[in-house]
Amino acid sequence: MGYPDDRKYTKEHEWITADGTVGITHYAQDSLGDIVFVELPKVGTEIRAKKPFGTIESVKAVSDLNAPASGTVTAVNEELTTDPEKVNKDAHSAWMLKIKIKDPAEMNSLLSAADYEKFVSEEKH
Amino acid sequence: MSTKHMTRKATRHISQNEGLIFEKSSPGKAAWKLPPLDVPEVDPAKLLGKQERKDLGDMPEVSEIEIIRHFTRLSTWNYAIDLGMYPLGSCTMKYNPRVNEFVARVEGLANGHPYQAEKISQGALRIMQTLSECLIEITGMDAITLQPAAGAQGELTGLLMVRAFHESKGNARKKILIPDSAHGTNPATAATVGYAVENLKSNSRGMVDVAALAAQMNEDVAALMVTNPNTLGIFEQEIHKIADLLHDKGGLLYMDGANMNALVGKVRPGDFGVDVMHLNLHKTFSTPHGGGGPGSGPVAVKKMLAPFLPTPVVVTRADGTLGFEYNRPQSVGRVRAFYGNFGMFIRALAYIFANGPDGLRQTTEDAVLNANYIRKRLEGVFDLPYSTPSMHEVVFSDKLQSKKGVKTMDLAKRLIDYGFHPYTTAFPLIVPGALMIEPTESEPKEELDLFIEAMKSIAEEVEEDPQYVLNAPHNARISRLDETAAARKPILRWKPDNAV
Repeated sequence: MGYPDDRKYTKEHEWITADGTVGITHYAQDSLGDIVFVELPKVGTEIRAKKPFGTIESVKAVSDLNAPASGTVTAVNEELTTDPEKVNKDAHSAWMLKIKIKDPAEMNSLLSAADYEKFVSEEKH
Repeated sequence: MSTKHMTRKATRHISQNEGLIFEKSSPGKAAWKLPPLDVPEVDPAKLLGKQERKDLGDMPEVSEIEIIRHFTRLSTWNYAIDLGMYPLGSCTMKYNPRVNEFVARVEGLANGHPYQAEKISQGALRIMQTLSECLIEITGMDAITLQPAAGAQGELTGLLMVRAFHESKGNARKKILIPDSAHGTNPATAATVGYAVENLKSNSRGMVDVAALAAQMNEDVAALMVTNPNTLGIFEQEIHKIADLLHDKGGLLYMDGANMNALVGKVRPGDFGVDVMHLNLHKTFSTPHGGGGPGSGPVAVKKMLAPFLPTPVVVTRADGTLGFEYNRPQSVGRVRAFYGNFGMFIRALAYIFANGPDGLRQTTEDAVLNANYIRKRLEGVFDLPYSTPSMHEVVFSDKLQSKKGVKTMDLAKRLIDYGFHPYTTAFPLIVPGALMIEPTESEPKEELDLFIEAMKSIAEEVEEDPQYVLNAPHNARISRLDETAAARKPILRWKPDNAV
């Protein structure tokens, strides 16, 4: 699986683009299994890097969604409330949030596509 | 040992289909007949006004034999501990001894009422007091409440007491530490009581990372909730150090006692530093579980938490009689109607008395032996992610089988065809593709061997014909259910239009 290099990745398996679009990775959706529910914050919410901003529920488990960077939510992908399977189909286009990034420097500590791919190949059992 | 000489466990059996009872309804059928009215008739409209209801909606009208057949047929679809091994990990699905049921049906107990006067409830109170004393002795704690209805409510009660304790010292504190191998109810409980939850990573041996705990511990921590043995079936070998780290900063150690079946008669949580813990009478102490309950989740505490126990508590009065004490100003209050699930107290006490101290110890040893027998015989057939010694349950992973695309859930579905209830799948979360197996002491070696043979046979099928396993179950009443569609588009109630 190729990971697009137009964005940065976290070790908690979220991605974020330079303009603040946030989603979860292909590896995350594959480990979660069939996703049945995504709970996202309202527009205007302040989210903090590495802290939970929502939850994602699959047939196996409920997991926190962690913010890759701090910022204010400017848009939420409402489609996911009715069609959570979009995340399974294409995790890298099924975005969850758009945020106004508070401190772009925070992005420097995130992983590149190549580093993330290396990270998950080691994590894979 | 080979099981070849033994009768195959599962076979085909005619299973009667059964619709919903609404589908059998037709006007005028009834399974009741009232005797002639022997009191003056009243006009319900006059008494109730607009509240009188004439149309009962879609209440089913069926005859007596239809009702009997309906529920009897449904009952034949059940899988129960009385039919075979029920190896759900961390659930302790042990046998419910018949002597417990006999004792619970003794007339004075079965017909007792929570509103009857204390002076004619001395037997019931004595049962509560004696059970309390036994559980305090078994756990090494100082005081107990029997009130909570089950484990999760026990956790809630325990943490309410933790909070009340810290508040009495002037600071409720902010957070609860929870290892990543914990039961899912633990973080839910902490959040419900108003604490922030902080995750604690396990080390490579599957235990709490004590160095990480030392770094995370500070005076904002109200308590650590630990399950011991944890959900990997591993005893926290540094539990005394964990307790010291908590206590040094004024925090409390909560133990989730769901896995107490591995400890009874061998070690006491009160002796290794636990301040508050719950027990699951419906797991460790053999009362019915999983549909047959209700559960019961007593919470045992050390002395300093005793003032916060829910009211009422059973006390011995000056004249030697037993009674309920309500005047406890620091109590967290009542957590359950009346005095808890009393029927379960009788059964748990019957179990404790029937076994005695040596019997309970033997039970623990047998539970651990059974889990390790399975571990030894299936090691290599299934991947064992943690080599640390197992207690009462063993956790494998689907690492070997997933190479063929077969995951833990598929293996579990195939196990149904062999006549067993599935083990716990995909939990604990720290093991990807977990198979969590807890046989309990109830299983004889013959049933364990059948289970082991079934698991080995499934592993062979994965190598030879993975698709066959992926499509399982094949012999069950219904084949693989679409669990995803059920979660995404749930149908929550029957409507006349749904009838086929």
